[in-house]
Amino acid sequence: MGRYVIRRLLQMIPVFIGTTFIIFAMVHALGDPVNALFGDKAPDPAVAAQIRASLHLNDPLWRQYLEYMKGIFTGDLGKTFSGEEVTALLKSAYPTTLKLAAVAFTIEVVAGIGLGVLSGLRRGKSADTGVMVLTLVVIAIPVFVIGYVLQYLFGVKWGIVNATVGYGAPISDLILPGFVLASVSLAYVARLTRTTVAENSKADYVRTATAKGLPRRRVITHHLLRNSLIPVITFLGTDLGALMGGALVTERIFNIQGVGYWLYQGIVRQNSPTVVGFVTVLVVVYLLANLFVDLLYAVLDPRIRYA
Amino acid sequence: MPDHQPNKPVGVPDDSNTELSSAFAETPTLGAMGAQSLLDEEDLSHAAHESAESVAVTDREVPRSLWQDAWRELRRNPVFLISGVLIVFLVLVAIFPSLFTSVDPLSCDLSKSQLGPTSGHPFGYDTQGCDVYARTIYGARASITVGVFATAGAALLGTLMGGLAGFFGGWFDAVISRIADIFFGIPILLGGLVFLSVIPSQSIWVVVGFIVVLGWPQIARIARGAVITAKQQDYVTAARALGAGNSRLMLRHILPNALAPIIVVATIALGTYISLEATLSYLGVGLKPPTVSWGIDISGAADTFRNAPHMLLFPAGALCITILAFIMLGDAVRDALDPKLR
Amino acid sequence: MSTATSATDRSPRSATADSVDAPLLQVRDLHVEFRTRDGVAKAVNGVNYSVRAGETLAILGESGSGKSVSSQAVMGILDSPPGFVTGGEIIFKGRDLLKLGNEERRKVRGAQMAMVFQDALSSLNPVHTVGTQLAEMYRVHKGTSKKDAKVKAIELMETVGIPGARERVNQYPHQFSGGMRQRVMIAMALALEPDLIIADEPTTALDVTVQAQVMELLADLQREYNMGLILITHDLGVVADVADKIAVMYAGRIIETAPVHDIYARPAHPYTRGLLDSIPRLDQKGQELYAIKGLPPNLLRIPPGCAFNPRCPRAQEICRVEVPPLHAVTEEDGRELPGRGSACHFWKETLHG
Repeated sequence: MGRYVIRRLLQMIPVFIGTTFIIFAMVHALGDPVNALFGDKAPDPAVAAQIRASLHLNDPLWRQYLEYMKGIFTGDLGKTFSGEEVTALLKSAYPTTLKLAAVAFTIEVVAGIGLGVLSGLRRGKSADTGVMVLTLVVIAIPVFVIGYVLQYLFGVKWGIVNATVGYGAPISDLILPGFVLASVSLAYVARLTRTTVAENSKADYVRTATAKGLPRRRVITHHLLRNSLIPVITFLGTDLGALMGGALVTERIFNIQGVGYWLYQGIVRQNSPTVVGFVTVLVVVYLLANLFVDLLYAVLDPRIRYA
Repeated sequence: MPDHQPNKPVGVPDDSNTELSSAFAETPTLGAMGAQSLLDEEDLSHAAHESAESVAVTDREVPRSLWQDAWRELRRNPVFLISGVLIVFLVLVAIFPSLFTSVDPLSCDLSKSQLGPTSGHPFGYDTQGCDVYARTIYGARASITVGVFATAGAALLGTLMGGLAGFFGGWFDAVISRIADIFFGIPILLGGLVFLSVIPSQSIWVVVGFIVVLGWPQIARIARGAVITAKQQDYVTAARALGAGNSRLMLRHILPNALAPIIVVATIALGTYISLEATLSYLGVGLKPPTVSWGIDISGAADTFRNAPHMLLFPAGALCITILAFIMLGDAVRDALDPKLR
Repeated sequence: MSTATSATDRSPRSATADSVDAPLLQVRDLHVEFRTRDGVAKAVNGVNYSVRAGETLAILGESGSGKSVSSQAVMGILDSPPGFVTGGEIIFKGRDLLKLGNEERRKVRGAQMAMVFQDALSSLNPVHTVGTQLAEMYRVHKGTSKKDAKVKAIELMETVGIPGARERVNQYPHQFSGGMRQRVMIAMALALEPDLIIADEPTTALDVTVQAQVMELLADLQREYNMGLILITHDLGVVADVADKIAVMYAGRIIETAPVHDIYARPAHPYTRGLLDSIPRLDQKGQELYAIKGLPPNLLRIPPGCAFNPRCPRAQEICRVEVPPLHAVTEEDGRELPGRGSACHFWKETLHG
């Protein structure tokens, strides 16, 4: 177990560096931030040069990157062009996105696994066919289409929920956006769960469990699901990062002022410190989620732990 | 034989054990159904199906390959037939849109802005007064092109990288795997937003290129796993023992056997790539006008959805049907190639 | 069919014995079928056998002969659908199991009859420790506390001869060798000291040297606990040392029954004879080894008449038309051979010819 953890941690270092560097380099290609800073006005060359120097913009890219990484580890993500601390903006935006992601993740786990287990245990029955068709359709509809249609139906036409999320993003307002954000992942989780449950229900050890005279409930929970959910949990972990990315679309539709919203604004306005800061944080979260899943995987599956 | 000593077989237990079991094993599995596989509905029907076949065509001695079996399975699968017909139709629309409409999607009449469906214009008009039906027809090309070429590119690159990594192993594998991890570490939508907003030209090929760059690691992982599995098979060892070189081993023995999972993942990815392109266009970083794309049209229609839902629903419907067709195809292919997963 | 029922295991002499000392398990006219997309596969077609406490019955047959399916039906672990028991009785300790409710049936499983499977690696749950899986028997059936159940699990592992049981109880199945894993399986079956153990090819997946040890362990435990044992195998060699009687299955029927040593000396069915002839023997060195021609039948379309007729060297017209009942087998002078039966129209010729 220890060796496995160490190996995974070591493997993560080049991935972390590579990923953040790519993002950093890409954002820097966004264009000259100093020009963006001044908008349509032509900047005074002397002032522009001063700003460039203060932002280390004259250094080679790798130097700037190192400088930036140093900042990250000391909790300094720089300032946006409007003079705000990126970390401050992040602090105001992140809780909202986290709340949205938490709502979505809960829906995804409960509904996805629930439907998948139901479907996998009743293979070939009408409940199974229903779940399969439903999930297929959900996967086929892009999130933003689902978003607009549900927003229209629930928020405007039937007036069941608020069409947009109000100030402070109360949980009750986040249920519909959370469902929209979760929808595609939910469908994948349901299908994956169904597949593994169906596959494992034919496994020899499930037959053994039945032959031991265990109650059906225990056979399902302790033996069938305990094994079937391992790949599902892996998927869920990697999906956590994707949820944060997907929040871009959902936050735009429902006007939620979270990470995705500000990131989008940053890209539209070419505000590179915001973009680098936000994307880097999201990528780090994503990588950490992946690492966590890998470790969880080892905890759940002894064959990996002792390999 | 009557005077055969009772304990004769016991006298040579080791030999008799192995020989007897091998006598059983020699019987071809064609009609032989193991009790275990009896429990497995699919296996049973499969075995029964095979023997039914062997009765019908008695002179056909050549055992069918995985591919022939898969094709046979596919032809009987209604999901495959429906999605196949749909895809052929969609590809036709993408290549020859003028066969399906005589209206130019770019000639618009502002006076007809947001008008609902009328005769001759079944899908109505959009905000610019363009014919939604014509735009929906012409939009197929962008989606199909992105889907097909991005998948082909990602599959080629992924198979090459993953395949070589799996085949050679060692440090080569480690390097390729880490590179794949790096690209895998960037959530695809997030990456798209950053990458594509950097590049000034948003032609179809830029979008295709981006999807290939972020999409190949997924295929590479599958390919690597499949090649490692295939590499350990006895027939590969046998071929190597017979003096087959690396390139021959890879192309003749390993690749054909590693291809099935790659094809399955690629077909399903095709649908999701089409969806991705639409989402990127919706976010304003994918395709840009004057390219006609469902994503752009849906994005443009989103603000006025409450007043003129037809502007959104028709291109969105076309998009969903297209994605659905490819995902269904992927599902059917997977079922045919990997009966275990059914 | 009625002839078959009475003759299988209860040729007149053994029938009297039965009434004194009722058998532990009696399977009567059992039918099992699999309903599949391509039709109904008749996996078990009227099987009869009985096992007494302390007795070992070996059921011998190729894959697809119905030997495993019939025992799964007895255990009540048939995958349903597609498998269905469509007829017959399974009388275990005086009760017809097929008439019991699911919950009662479950309580019998594991506690009173247990099963040892062929492939211990896949039959043990990979994510639970061996100890947990053994302890589960006590926890679920007896409501034993976690701590006590673990102690019992260790005792159990010692009983089946796993060295270092105290340490190994916390290990996972993949950390055991093949033979040790099979011992764990046996321990699990033994946990609640059942009256009957069904061992489905318990040694097939093992090395030859380990096979003997595992068989020996099974036989020892059976004697010690005076259990009934059903040994399912395709291997005539495994059977001879351990079994008391043999039932040979083909296409879902028992086609020959006999006390174990009689069958080696004088088979009364051409199929059994073919099996015996395909064992290599030292005194036939240099000769070509016999093999039964043709393929096992497709269970979706079992040939009419005797199912073995397309492969049988003795087949006549009657074999293609009439299903042979299980005849009671006698000596040429009419003297009875206790426990022997053969479902062949030409059993006399086969036995005496």
